[in-house]
Amino acid sequence: MSVLVFTESEEGRFKKTAYEVVSYARGIADMMNTTVTALTINADETTSLGAYGADKVVHIKNDKLAKFTANAYASALTQAAQKEGSKVIVLSSSANAKYLAPILAVDLNAGYASNVVALPESESPFTVKRTAFTNKAFNHTEIKTDVKVIGLSKNSFGLKEVQKDASEENFEPSLDDSHFNIEVQSVDKVKDKVTIADAEIVVSGGRGLKGPENWGMIEEMADILGAATACSKPVSDMGWRPHSEHVGQTGKPVASNLYIAIGISGAIQHLAGINASKTKVVINTDPEAPFFKAADYGIVGDAFEVVPKLNEKLKEFKASNS
Amino acid sequence: MKILVCISHVPDTTSKINFTDNDTKFDTNGVQFVINPNDEFGLTRAMWFKEKQGATVDIINVGGPETEPTLRKALAIGADSAIRINTEALDGFQVAKELSAVAKEGNYDLIIAGRESIDYNGGMVPGMLANLIGASFVNTCISLDIDGETATAIREIDGGKETVSAKLPLVIGGQKGLVEESDLRIPNMRGIMMARKKPLEVKEPQGAETETKAVSFEKPAPKGEVKLVSPDNLDELINLLHNEAKAI
Repeated sequence: MSVLVFTESEEGRFKKTAYEVVSYARGIADMMNTTVTALTINADETTSLGAYGADKVVHIKNDKLAKFTANAYASALTQAAQKEGSKVIVLSSSANAKYLAPILAVDLNAGYASNVVALPESESPFTVKRTAFTNKAFNHTEIKTDVKVIGLSKNSFGLKEVQKDASEENFEPSLDDSHFNIEVQSVDKVKDKVTIADAEIVVSGGRGLKGPENWGMIEEMADILGAATACSKPVSDMGWRPHSEHVGQTGKPVASNLYIAIGISGAIQHLAGINASKTKVVINTDPEAPFFKAADYGIVGDAFEVVPKLNEKLKEFKASNS
Repeated sequence: MKILVCISHVPDTTSKINFTDNDTKFDTNGVQFVINPNDEFGLTRAMWFKEKQGATVDIINVGGPETEPTLRKALAIGADSAIRINTEALDGFQVAKELSAVAKEGNYDLIIAGRESIDYNGGMVPGMLANLIGASFVNTCISLDIDGETATAIREIDGGKETVSAKLPLVIGGQKGLVEESDLRIPNMRGIMMARKKPLEVKEPQGAETETKAVSFEKPAPKGEVKLVSPDNLDELINLLHNEAKAI
């Protein structure tokens, strides 16, 4: 009956979202009067999950799972869910989790709700709140099946420390060649740079910056704040910045703590994609820019004057607050 | 090569989102419907395969007669024939199940769907469909090449990309990158005329069960006014971000 939660790790270490999904799973387990089992795959560090409410940690150590393959990971989760008799499986909203979730749902005959933002509103019927229309609305969805798969939106629940002494066990799922029908040839991952998916702060630039040569100050601000850089759709369409930085309705969704938009007017598609961010700041010359209606804080001013000054101030702030 | 492209019929990205019937239904009043953008990138890549490597391209949608203009648009862009499964799309599993029946029957080498529709954002149809028919599956696919029986795809991952290879049949969850925005095609008059004559087959549904139910909708609470900070008082911004928003 235990709530099963997949705690993703990278190079053996848990991501922050792993602790968030455990916190969330703890919340569901308390509603249902049951326990939390966390499944890890090739994680080195194992003791920290108890601090967020895991009662049991099931470890899989398997070299064949060194690289993510959706079918194999989904199968490992299916087997763990069956072993634990889990009725609820909690996943994050990482690219890998969203890849494996529908496969897992079919394997378990489970209904799947993605982009969930809160604990279930009721247990019977089992109803969750999720975002829809790319953050322009919420949708209350009932999952009717006996087994349920939930994809939790990043930064929607937060971390909640509840100390549990998690027991540990090892588990070896049975995997065959059919689980590895997708062969990973190469992985091209940005090193030493914060990714939009993991970032607490995102600094984003738009057409108002006039050209790719002016991105130095955006990157500088991102450096100072430990932030990821992003851009609006026109900027990626014109090739000023790579597609991977495009955030918005057809680009990447952003759910950071702080989103700083510089020279972005705030088209409805852009705002939809970044709406899940907690605090939004806009810097734009045009006080009529729609972004001012969506932002918490705004500066009406020329980015080329404001941003370099702000960077200096941020450096001073960081120096005196670290 | 036989290609099937799944087409969702969704509100235009600029649509105002409202709900009716006690917030249980999307208000279609005054809303323009379009091909789901993620599907359109896939459809355009399918056109590339058709023109460069030789392929037939069928398109499919699960929905009522109101979705036909969207299918006709996809035909005008260049798809060969369309299938509409005549039932309301209620949840991702039901849609995947209905699609799987046609997909199996059609023996497609490649099935292209968008990574998610921009209305419901379920993000589950391509993966479920692949699993139901036992095909390979690549999600968030931003590049796809096919050589004989082997596909090479690039998938977007958090913070980078990954190149994978897989045997056909293959299902992808596609998105921007499969083709560039500038490669998207606006149907010309000839395409629109031809589309009228292309086959659009209406199939009755299998009657697949749903697993989830969209009970109701709500709009986010209206936002408070923006706090404007003078460009000459940037210390104030830092103070607000630190002490009020606790964001830095």
